[in-house]
Amino acid sequence: MKHTPTYDLECQDLAKNFGSFRAVKGVSFDIPSGSFFSILGPSGCGKTTLMRMIAGFEDPSGGDIRIKGKSVLGTPPNKRNVKMVFQHLALFPMMNVYENIAYGLRCNGVSSAEIKRKVHDVLERIALPDVAEREIHQLSGGQKQRIAIARCMVLDPDVLLLDEPLGALDLKLREAMKIELKLLQHQFNTTFIYITHDQSEALVMSDNVAIMNQGEFEQIGTPQELYHHPKTAFVAGFVGDSNRWSGTVTSSDGTGGQVETDQGLPMTFSAAGGTKINEGSKVDIFVRPEFIHAIRANGANKSSADGDNRLSGVVDSLLFNGANSRVLVRAQGGELVEADVTLTGNNDIKPGEDVELVWSSRQAMCFAQNGGA
Amino acid sequence: MLAQNKTTPFLLGYRLYVVTFFIFLAAPLISAGAFAFNDSLFPALPWQGFTLDWFFGDTEPKLGMFHDRRLLQGLYYSFVIAIFVAALSVFVGTTNAFLFVRGDFPAKNFFYIMMVVPLVIPGVILGISILVLASDTANMMERRFAIELEFLRPGILLVVLGQFSFIATITSLVITARLKKFDETMEEAAYNLGASRARVLRTITLPFLRPAMIAAGIVAFLVSFENFNTTLFLVGSEAPLTITMYDRMAKVGSTPVLNAVSFFLMVGSGLLALMSVLIQRDKTAR
Amino acid sequence: MQKDIKRLSLILLFAPFTLWILLLVVLPHIGMVILSLREKVAPRVYEFGFGNYLEFLHEPIYWNTLIRTGSMSLLVTALALIIGFPIAYYIAKIAGPRARGGLFLLCLIPLWVSDLIRSFGWILLLRETGVISSFLVWTGLIGTPVEFLYNDAAVIVGLVYTVILFMIVPLVSTLDGMDNSMIEAGYNLGGNGFTVLRRIIIPYAMPGIVAGCIVTFMLTAGSYLTPILLGGKNSSWFTEQIYNQFITRFNWEGGAAFGMLLLLFTSLVIWLGLKLSGQTLANTVAKS
Repeated sequence: MKHTPTYDLECQDLAKNFGSFRAVKGVSFDIPSGSFFSILGPSGCGKTTLMRMIAGFEDPSGGDIRIKGKSVLGTPPNKRNVKMVFQHLALFPMMNVYENIAYGLRCNGVSSAEIKRKVHDVLERIALPDVAEREIHQLSGGQKQRIAIARCMVLDPDVLLLDEPLGALDLKLREAMKIELKLLQHQFNTTFIYITHDQSEALVMSDNVAIMNQGEFEQIGTPQELYHHPKTAFVAGFVGDSNRWSGTVTSSDGTGGQVETDQGLPMTFSAAGGTKINEGSKVDIFVRPEFIHAIRANGANKSSADGDNRLSGVVDSLLFNGANSRVLVRAQGGELVEADVTLTGNNDIKPGEDVELVWSSRQAMCFAQNGGA
Repeated sequence: MLAQNKTTPFLLGYRLYVVTFFIFLAAPLISAGAFAFNDSLFPALPWQGFTLDWFFGDTEPKLGMFHDRRLLQGLYYSFVIAIFVAALSVFVGTTNAFLFVRGDFPAKNFFYIMMVVPLVIPGVILGISILVLASDTANMMERRFAIELEFLRPGILLVVLGQFSFIATITSLVITARLKKFDETMEEAAYNLGASRARVLRTITLPFLRPAMIAAGIVAFLVSFENFNTTLFLVGSEAPLTITMYDRMAKVGSTPVLNAVSFFLMVGSGLLALMSVLIQRDKTAR
Repeated sequence: MQKDIKRLSLILLFAPFTLWILLLVVLPHIGMVILSLREKVAPRVYEFGFGNYLEFLHEPIYWNTLIRTGSMSLLVTALALIIGFPIAYYIAKIAGPRARGGLFLLCLIPLWVSDLIRSFGWILLLRETGVISSFLVWTGLIGTPVEFLYNDAAVIVGLVYTVILFMIVPLVSTLDGMDNSMIEAGYNLGGNGFTVLRRIIIPYAMPGIVAGCIVTFMLTAGSYLTPILLGGKNSSWFTEQIYNQFITRFNWEGGAAFGMLLLLFTSLVIWLGLKLSGQTLANTVAKS
């Protein structure tokens, strides 16, 4: 097998069964060198099992894993050049920072002068040059994070796996660490594989994201592709926020048409995921809140909003969150619709007002139900 | 009756009760220790003045404990026995901890209960049952094959085994509790960083267990040192200290030299116990 | 291959456990059962039978001793619980955080001292020429020295003293795990001191109480030194009978039968205790 090693990691039909439970069902993907790749999915989707197979802690039930073109099946985890940052970091509390970072080097039999040079070098690179003699419990959460990464990076791995390492941090630090991780990845220029259930972590940091659900990849793509052109209803619903309607197609030309929702609401749509939608089929429609314009029903600029779907309702409540503020509108059918609004602080929409919701059929992503995609 | 913010007389009475209780706890120990320094031939009031003769005196009738050959010999045997019991119990306690925390095998609960059972068997019974089995085996070997197995007769080995049979339960429980708190991803992390299994055990898991192992060893040492019931039936000619003291008490009656030994043992055990507490405390700081 | 390593290490871990339990616990007890069923019919001639057990039944002094040992052990256990519970509660819930550790250590100190020394201390306190008697004469409360030793009360005091720590330690650790707000909630919902104790504290502390009682009872019934030293020649403790059969009369068969009887008796009491309180051995003793 002569691969030009442009891919650091390739997985082919990788599967894992625990008894009769199929945790991972034949997943295939390639990760180009030096990229930041995330696997995003709800808990229990099989992403941790997938990562443990790559690290070597679980044996696959089928398929192949290749690192730099070479299959690593049968290679024990301590012989694979894949390093892992654990969910709770698993720094060794009985050793100080220096010993933690030196641990892997010592296992490889590196000379102590070389170890000293490398440890100080990597501490320099993570911008913590003075912590070598500290004990682990003396470090802050963010510092521990960086030491855990340094401990792996000092070994020059082909691939670095990160298993939700930000999960234990508080919100502010998590936001800062997102950026930091991305910068570190650039600096080391190593392939990072990042596992998370938090979509904002995946979208902000990654070059490519795989959406995983029930042991399968639903879609692999750049964050923008996933957000704007989801291939399946699951991706549309999982990535970003959406308003969701179910309905039956009344007329269709294959790529777009008319739908009547279960609440009896007529709506125009465009087919998403590159599939054909036939007349009479049951569908799900997703519309993101930022594409829905909420306009006062008696407002002057009522007609200025552009869009072929219109719905009137009453503002139920206002969800103020600065630039990400939203209104909840109760439509005539009784269901609640979310729409983004810009709140300027004067003459804003208030609860109880009549509004009209307007959106374009191009933003109404439609998926056939039950195995349409 | 147990509220913290009730009337003061109640709390005062409660405190008084607690104080009385601690006096009750301390009284026999103080009387056992204090008479070691009384310049009298009997451990009784009145107080005849301070002396260290019962430790260092080298002539009868005030032969001090450090010149009493039988007592010193007892001390030595106790020490040897306790060291072996502690080492053996910590080793088996550690393997048991791994077995019950990591192992996955049928009837695990049953075996766990089997592990705890020696703690609830009266020590006397453990002693005689081991004596019976060892003697039966030795007798049979002698009759059938004319081989005399000296080590199966009462003596140091049987004492060590007898004490070990229930002290191993104590060490197992202590070390198991510690291993349960171990985060197994730490082992995976070390493995992931390139360590071999043996290296992971040596550099990660055992250092984590070390405080519990030392504490368990100290407890085992002390329990062995003070054991009487099990030892009584298994002892041969090499009598450990508690047995020597008991003989002395039964034959000669109580003399202040026994107070001296008591004081010496109390100080020794106190120091060891303090050490084990400090080690355990270090563990919680982590 | 990884499976083989796992299996091998499981076997290696099982080996010490099996050797220990089999050779030092199971086989000796089987040997004792067999021995106890050997009846001496003539010198050096033995027969299988229940003779040794029948002898126990025929001789009232034997079963009286066992019943006496059992009932006194229950009394000691009850006393230890009644005396120890308030102490444990004080340490766990009322004492300040700094005093707590100190008091707990203070409680443990006698634990590290041999039975023998503790009994020796009591002898020095209680005997006719002892501290208490001398003190009372000195104060003039009594005219002549009084012997406090060699009676049942002395035995009970000595035994309670010996075992109370094993009652307090598990009680403190269970009470320590109890959330103070549970007690406060009990008062808040209108309970008085007694109902809070009965409905909330005691049910919560039950595993600790049972663990303490089992260990206490077992230690008391199996104790040898304390009853003999404090009770004197006629303390009539069952372990003494076992010792007499074994060492003095060299009647190992009878001694083994007595040992089995003591074991069965204590097991029966512990089993009853577990059944009545709805606890198991694993969640009580194993935790302390």
